[in-house]
Amino acid sequence: MRILCAVKRVVDYAAKIRVNAAQTNVDTSSVKMSMNPFCEIALEEALRLKEAGIATEVVAVTVGPDAAKDTLRTAMAMGADHAVHVVHESAGAGAGALPPLAVARVLSAVVDHAGPFGMVLAGKQAIDGDNNQTGQMLAALRGWPQATFASSVSVTDGGTHAVVTREVDAGLETVKVPLPAVVTTDLRLNEPRYAKLPMILKARKREIETLSAETLNVKDHVDRDQGKLHVRKVSEPPARAGGVKTKDMDEFINMLREKGVL
Amino acid sequence: MFVPEEKGGVGATRADAAVVFETLARADISVTAYLTIHNMNCGLLAKFGSEALCEQYLPDLASLEALSSYCLTEPGSGSDAASLRTTARVDGDDLVIDGAKTFISGAGSADFYFVMARTDASVSKAKGITCILVPKDAAGLSFGKAEEKMGWNAQPTRAVSFDGVRVPVTNIVGEFGQGFPIAMTALDGGRINIAACSVGGASFCLDYAREYMDSREQFGAPVGSFQYNQFRFAEMATDVHASRLCVRAAANALDEGSSTATRDAAMAKLFATERCYDVANRALQCLGGYGYLREYPVERYVRDLRVHTILEGTNEVMRQIISKRM
Repeated sequence: MRILCAVKRVVDYAAKIRVNAAQTNVDTSSVKMSMNPFCEIALEEALRLKEAGIATEVVAVTVGPDAAKDTLRTAMAMGADHAVHVVHESAGAGAGALPPLAVARVLSAVVDHAGPFGMVLAGKQAIDGDNNQTGQMLAALRGWPQATFASSVSVTDGGTHAVVTREVDAGLETVKVPLPAVVTTDLRLNEPRYAKLPMILKARKREIETLSAETLNVKDHVDRDQGKLHVRKVSEPPARAGGVKTKDMDEFINMLREKGVL
Repeated sequence: MFVPEEKGGVGATRADAAVVFETLARADISVTAYLTIHNMNCGLLAKFGSEALCEQYLPDLASLEALSSYCLTEPGSGSDAASLRTTARVDGDDLVIDGAKTFISGAGSADFYFVMARTDASVSKAKGITCILVPKDAAGLSFGKAEEKMGWNAQPTRAVSFDGVRVPVTNIVGEFGQGFPIAMTALDGGRINIAACSVGGASFCLDYAREYMDSREQFGAPVGSFQYNQFRFAEMATDVHASRLCVRAAANALDEGSSTATRDAAMAKLFATERCYDVANRALQCLGGYGYLREYPVERYVRDLRVHTILEGTNEVMRQIISKRM
């Protein structure tokens, strides 16, 4: 079984960010960028499936600007066999960014172009957009089953199905889906490996297949999808207002009543 | 890192190593500095050692299953390295080594020692030295007490005594009399690496001071908002940046085999070790009283960085190297 693993280049989770002056996006100039943490987890799972002999090949794909090649090199350094880069300047988040539907459209085209794949593994969401839609939309576009928020994944029945435990609000839910399917990963699925230095150095010289919305024949679709979501403003959360200290429990309860909470 | 892939290493360039060591040194200068020494030794073995010697020792050394130390300095010969007095005389199929080395990093813990000894007293001082690989369990090899140092405490530093130590003649790294040129070759890389460690350590201190100054408030504002602190911070950041560029340029020169590589490495070592020690020291000042406490990491970086202006060739020797080449 071949696995397609979608990865995204985002602002590093530990970076301190600020909204830009135009309030259209987070200011990403001179901010450290990294592979989205949930994407790392997805890639790690794909690599483990390969090491277990269940998958034969792991292909990493990213939709993004030129700089996104770094993310693919990280993927190869961790162990991905091939890397596909769909170049698009507007990937990211904030105003003008490719919305999840457009990304899903492109990924679906990659599945057709580079397939067949038994599974698409992706992070549940990217930490810049936090949309949590791309994986689901990809499944819908392809008419594939989806198993999202995976906290454990196993392939069964001779590689025809996957059993996935999902983290849901009520607790854990286990589903069995026929393959091919889209699986999106949640935090507790695994702990991604550190890439080893020899692999990092080798990855610098490896080939990356470069495509675009045009060469994948989805440009018109993507342009239309891009017009469907319009980010109007990006702003910081309101500064935390001071609280009020009450002198005893009675005053506290009265205050809650006054505010209509009780 | 400098051992080629065919021999079990990574085959990295000096430019790669400069980045790697700088990054490791952000976390721990002392451990990283030891790793630079060990890497230098492995690189020497891979480059100058015989096939047989490499096959026998490189696998364990390159994988860090075995550790190594570099024995050049003696009680009577530091900057004047060529005047070393440890001897190695041929006796049948063996070499017999007598003498003493001092300030040896990792000594006592390391499994293998790359020893510079005089094999020919009849030629000029620099020409009669040979590099010999000595295993830790060789009879006659003994170690002094671990020195109590200001910093670099993650690694032991000991004197090493050779009392009729016997090793096979085949343990020579390179040729008879090639020891000094080998040492000089090794030092260019070693100087770049130590400078990279300085940059990494200073860069950590810079970031730490920045965070501290953004949160510590006095007189109703973060101390990082006072212009003097901002100006001082800008100077520190510039020093670290300039040091980093100097180190990387020297690394590139060494990779390209440039004729200015030795001078560039000396310049990078001189500049980076001095500037970065100052940055760490100023970072300690930025932390106020807390900077003086063991509990806060900066003072350890200051203590660790203090020796970088001294070893791998004192900065005085660096000045001499540079002026001779200008």
